[in-house]
Amino acid sequence: MTQTMTRPTVGTPLPPATHRAGLPGTLHSEWTKLRTVRSTMWSLLAMAGIAIGLMSLIAWATMHRWARFEPREQANLLHRPLEIILVRPVFICQLVIAVLGVMVISAEYTTGMIRSTLQAQPRRLTVLAAKVAVFAVLMLIVGELLAFAAFFVGRQVIAAHIPVSLGDPGVTRSVLGAGLYIAVLGLFSLAFGAILRHTAGAITAVLGLILIVSNLTGLLPDSWGHHINAWMPTNAGQLILYPQQGPDDLLSPWQGLGVFAGWTALLLIVAAVMFQRRDA
Amino acid sequence: MIEAVGLTKRYGDRLAVDRLSFTVKPGQVTGFLGPNGAGKPTTMRMILGLDRPTDGTVTVNGRPFARLDNPMREVGALLDAKAIHGGRTAYHHLLCLAQTNGLPRRRVGEVLEMVGLSEVARKRAKGFSLGMGQRLGIASALLGDPRILMFDEPVNGLDPEGILWIRNLMKTLAAEGRTVFVSGHLMSEMENTADHLLVIGQGRLIADCTVREFINQNSELAVRVRTPEPDRLAQLVTTEGGKAVLDGESALLVTELPMDRVGDLAFDNGIRVHELSPLQASLEQAFMELTRDTVEYHAALPTTGQEA
Repeated sequence: MTQTMTRPTVGTPLPPATHRAGLPGTLHSEWTKLRTVRSTMWSLLAMAGIAIGLMSLIAWATMHRWARFEPREQANLLHRPLEIILVRPVFICQLVIAVLGVMVISAEYTTGMIRSTLQAQPRRLTVLAAKVAVFAVLMLIVGELLAFAAFFVGRQVIAAHIPVSLGDPGVTRSVLGAGLYIAVLGLFSLAFGAILRHTAGAITAVLGLILIVSNLTGLLPDSWGHHINAWMPTNAGQLILYPQQGPDDLLSPWQGLGVFAGWTALLLIVAAVMFQRRDA
Repeated sequence: MIEAVGLTKRYGDRLAVDRLSFTVKPGQVTGFLGPNGAGKPTTMRMILGLDRPTDGTVTVNGRPFARLDNPMREVGALLDAKAIHGGRTAYHHLLCLAQTNGLPRRRVGEVLEMVGLSEVARKRAKGFSLGMGQRLGIASALLGDPRILMFDEPVNGLDPEGILWIRNLMKTLAAEGRTVFVSGHLMSEMENTADHLLVIGQGRLIADCTVREFINQNSELAVRVRTPEPDRLAQLVTTEGGKAVLDGESALLVTELPMDRVGDLAFDNGIRVHELSPLQASLEQAFMELTRDTVEYHAALPTTGQEA
């Protein structure tokens, strides 16, 4: 400390700037931010625990009770071979993804980090774009890895009663789609975090929307209710998880994912406009 | 160089900053003085583009902050010690900031060394004391080796050693030809560090002068006279054009008349004097007088001083 008093300023001179601070540096920075907080690692571990550990446990328990299921239940599971090993783990993972996605940006506000961030890079669209890009890539890679890992591990556990392979119609698309769904959901949550800037509020909004509101719209009467329900963001997006379409589906799996991505893009645009306009 | 022209910020009905125009020049420490709630942080936030002005403009080296090519190389600011994600280590906090402006990784270690945080570089910032937080904030301000530095209330919550350190740092930075802009609400602190002063109250600029000028114009001398005949002397002072106020049973406070003249007056009239001493209004008091009613003092310093 005494040394700092005698020599308070700059040591070795900085090399001159080679270019304007832009997207590449900001991407680098956002990746550093993401990997250097514990919540990221814990969230990814939780997702892996759910997708592999919890899924295997549930699959094993289901196989254990197989003989006691009614034939109708058995037929149901055979008809939807990915229900146990892909759909349910994705559903549970949604909780973690929503929290992580929201926190990527809301934590900047709750901690005050946003003021440091915007002092270093005041071009706000660049900051938001870098956050979106880095988180999207991370979620896509993690999502795909976990989806395929869950499929291959789960397939072994359920092989005795529910045979399923990537060659079956729609299965590869579903497993690939699960990773995409996870990435889109991550950005959907990030957009909520950017708009509401408040961790608890944004998590409540995302989970309320995907777990409660999306189900309640199923109770709406008539054809218009059916349409609203089908076009709800996650209702549409989840179609990609099922190898075969249901008789009542209004959208194809890829259309559904497109609708979900469209909602997400819309929310990100709203978030970007608000980010540009509001005081930090 | 920081230039504000007609800078205004309105929050609903409240004018936080009211048509502020000023220039902060390099090579000196410019103190930004005002009572709490005067609009200092808001002004600094507008300089950094964090808040959007309702009206007016502010530029840094001739450009709005958001248009600077490499903001960290031109401006470093410590706005508050809490602009940190507590879950990140000091090292990683600085690293992610350095990366945005393409600053080399070694620079992070250097600034940590400068502020004396090398030993806790790998510790998470949430365990830091306020003083350590301030030092980390200063480290981030120094990262890009900028020519302009801004510090908002940097001595808040620091121990005497830390205060001394920051004072020396600011003086050294200014001596190197940099622009140093520091806010505070204590005149005594400014007296020790600043060369130039911008005083604001209720969002308006009420003084823009050197510290020396501020002291000369605002620390009006009063003369304390202890005498057995205060009433008689008071009358004589008044006829001479001065002002006299009774201070206790046997003393007068005289203003607007030089001390020598008061002594001569007493001698010429055969009044016994037991004490004749100058009283200097504290700068703190002068500052409070100045900012108490901002409306009375629009643009320049008041030409008449205040009573002590």
